[in-house]
Amino acid sequence: MECVFGLVGNGFSIVVADTSAVHSILVHKSNEDKIMVLDSHKLIAASGEPGDRVQFTEYIQKNVALYQFRNGIPLTTAAAANFTRGELATALRKNPYSVNILLAGYDKETGPSLYYVDYIATLHKVDKGAFGYGSYFSLSMMDRHYHSGMSVEEAIDLVDKCILEIRSRLVVAPPNFVIKIVDKDGAREYAWRESVKDGVATLA
Amino acid sequence: MSRRYDSRTTIFSPEGRLYQVEYAMEAIGNAGTAIGILSKDGVVLVGEKKVTSKLLQTSTSTEKMYKIDDHVSCAVAGIMSDANILINTARVQAQRYTFAYQEPMPVEQLVQSLCDTKQGYTQFGGLRPFGVSFLFAGWDKNFGFQLYMSDPSGNYGGWKAAAIGANNQAAQSMLKQDYKDDISREEAVELALKVLSKTMDSTSLTSDKLELAEVFLLPSGNVKYQVCSPESLSKQLVKLGMTQPAAEAS
Repeated sequence: MECVFGLVGNGFSIVVADTSAVHSILVHKSNEDKIMVLDSHKLIAASGEPGDRVQFTEYIQKNVALYQFRNGIPLTTAAAANFTRGELATALRKNPYSVNILLAGYDKETGPSLYYVDYIATLHKVDKGAFGYGSYFSLSMMDRHYHSGMSVEEAIDLVDKCILEIRSRLVVAPPNFVIKIVDKDGAREYAWRESVKDGVATLA
Repeated sequence: MSRRYDSRTTIFSPEGRLYQVEYAMEAIGNAGTAIGILSKDGVVLVGEKKVTSKLLQTSTSTEKMYKIDDHVSCAVAGIMSDANILINTARVQAQRYTFAYQEPMPVEQLVQSLCDTKQGYTQFGGLRPFGVSFLFAGWDKNFGFQLYMSDPSGNYGGWKAAAIGANNQAAQSMLKQDYKDDISREEAVELALKVLSKTMDSTSLTSDKLELAEVFLLPSGNVKYQVCSPESLSKQLVKLGMTQPAAEAS
């Protein structure tokens, strides 16, 4: 089941998500990217109802792009997070989206940051955060091993610890994960952690 | 003959002009002057109070300067009742932005949103345009201190020094002559008062005919909008030799 988590290090933020597209007891694919590059220096990792997740993150992405076109300046990560929360809060009393979001970004003035937004429009600025069943394990691992000012190597090491713990302790552990990073040079994919290669069908 | 085009605010005349918009600008030419100067450490706004009656009881200390948000204020020239509507929409816009993003609204965006409203009345059906020009003084984290001027057509631009209202052309050319790029806020106040004193009809400046407001950064980094009190304005005028000390008070 879904595992999305992230943390802030020294000059960068990292977000990790499982890549399983699951329906009921069936796994449809294991290379579904749940972390969207929001703009040049922002990442949005989402978990929840797959349709809502895609719809909502694209909606946010397009609005952030529109803002940049209209005004010639990008939104800060804080502004984007508050905008996202606002949209969720407005939708909550009409036709709510069931998506949980981790928003990571890097700003010149404020450096790296990570925002936790859940489906009932709670917003928190955090150093480390997680959603889904995997959060029981990743949060514990991060509580134990996280410290402020981590280097990229230390952070990736911690991410691997989290993934290992999820794989060994969670009954319904997803096989594959994607890791993305955002720092002063921008938002990009960092690595994959795969225990099952692309497509269940190709194995046959 | 020209009435055919005059009566329609949103119809071009054969020469390609919008008469009602031009008349609106004309109306502003009769209003009290307002001058804005951008300096390296702040923005200065001065305005001439047109109606000063001893019997008039004003509810606010300023009649031409309005605070839009913590980081933006404006000076008005034109029809005050029209201006009040626009100032209200500007304040609403600024708060809506803060509500959505939890950040102060960038100054140009605020000006633009207001000018979009103004522009609407030069194009859509049957209502007259707003007879107001604004000077916006503000600060934001992207572009620092800024000064904008807007007119009834919805046109706006960023300026280093600008004047609206009566004699704005004379004021503008004096500003052009005397403005220096690295001017300080104090010098800007001095220049603004000097230009205003020369463009105003009355011979000597007194604090009851004037308003002075400044936008600058406090040492804490917060933006401060400060309206100069009549007392300190009087002192300043005496210091600059633009008025006689109040010795004749008997």
